Amino acid sequence: MRATRTIEMSTGLFVLLGFAALFFLVTQITNRELSADGSGYEVEARFENVGSLKVGAAVSMAGVTVGRVKSIKFDQSVYKAVVKMRINSSYDKIPSDSDASIMTSGLLGGQYVGITAGGAEEYLKQGSQIALVQDALVLENLINQLAASFSKKGADDSSTAAPPKPEEKK
Amino acid sequence: MMFLRELAQNFREFISAVGDSSLFLLRLLGHVPRAFMRPRLVIEQLYNTGALSLVIIMICGLFIGMVIGLQGYDVLQRFGAEDSLGVGAALGLLKELGPVVTALLFAGRAGTSLAAEIGLMRATDQLAAMQMMAVDPMLRVATPRFIGGVLAMPLLTVIFIAIGLFGVQLVAVQQLGVESASFWSQMRSSVGLDDVMEGVIKSCVFGMACSLIAVHEGYTAVATAEGVGRATTRTVVVSAVLILILDYMLTALML
Repeated sequence: MRATRTIEMSTGLFVLLGFAALFFLVTQITNRELSADGSGYEVEARFENVGSLKVGAAVSMAGVTVGRVKSIKFDQSVYKAVVKMRINSSYDKIPSDSDASIMTSGLLGGQYVGITAGGAEEYLKQGSQIALVQDALVLENLINQLAASFSKKGADDSSTAAPPKPEEKK
Repeated sequence: MMFLRELAQNFREFISAVGDSSLFLLRLLGHVPRAFMRPRLVIEQLYNTGALSLVIIMICGLFIGMVIGLQGYDVLQRFGAEDSLGVGAALGLLKELGPVVTALLFAGRAGTSLAAEIGLMRATDQLAAMQMMAVDPMLRVATPRFIGGVLAMPLLTVIFIAIGLFGVQLVAVQQLGVESASFWSQMRSSVGLDDVMEGVIKSCVFGMACSLIAVHEGYTAVATAEGVGRATTRTVVVSAVLILILDYMLTALML
């Protein structure tokens, strides 16, 4: 017969050790924003095209994450995407005429919202709307523009080289 | 011809074993509420399966962490991505290595101990004696051991993972010169609570599987010395195979 006291003590220590390890894992190695998500104020911005922006993407100013994208919805009355962002409450001096653009992190990274400060004296607060926006770059549009500018350049060259004589063309 | 007949025989045995284990699991689960009315038994089994396995789990966790640190650094260094060592190690430990290795070690240490103990009780007619005294051996012997195993496994897994990460950190930061700040910050920004939950869920499922197999093998062991030995070996083999199959299924489910 083993001493019951030893058994109970050891089991108790074992369970406590297990919970301490779980606590360590949950708090020390997961992203911190999960714990302080309640605080902050919400602003919104409307984009023609949000590209591949996802809910939970970072909102950053000068490269520092100041908030997260909370929701992305489509407004059928103006046919634009409405992006709601939650800004950390410690960043409460963002001018109301700042602009929001959708940028890509690195060459192949995820997309995020970058805010560039404006110069107004009023600040963004709960429910404000960021008026100046820049949509995500869509690769297909870029290629179309590039192709159009190439063909336009070709047409210009041929028109300056030999002005068409209407009589000859007939 | 004989080979085919043996194969068919084995197949039939396999199916009936699966059915037997499932029914056994249902009986165990049915006894769980009443087993908690004797907390002393459960605590004693939690001690046997959990606290006594702590030493092997901690040592193996430490060394696995150190090996991950060493190998991971060597491989990532070829791509100049040493700063990602923390992320890779944390995710690998949390989602795969932690639950699976802990379960295999548990099957080897606690599983065999459970199977041998119950098998010996079967072989020395203690279980039959209990039944004659109108004491239900399922309630007194099997269910507390099952509960002890199920409760111990998640705890052992998180301890394994935490010590493993310490081992990674020991090798990478202290010895190989990876920047401590970037090691932890990269890990923090890429690991989420759902990764931790994935590991814990897997460990709970593995705990149920290993404990069920160990208790079942012991309970249904042939009442000879050879039978007990065979039950112990089968516990380890069947547990290992089932753990890895469940691991694949759970990973596919949770990704």
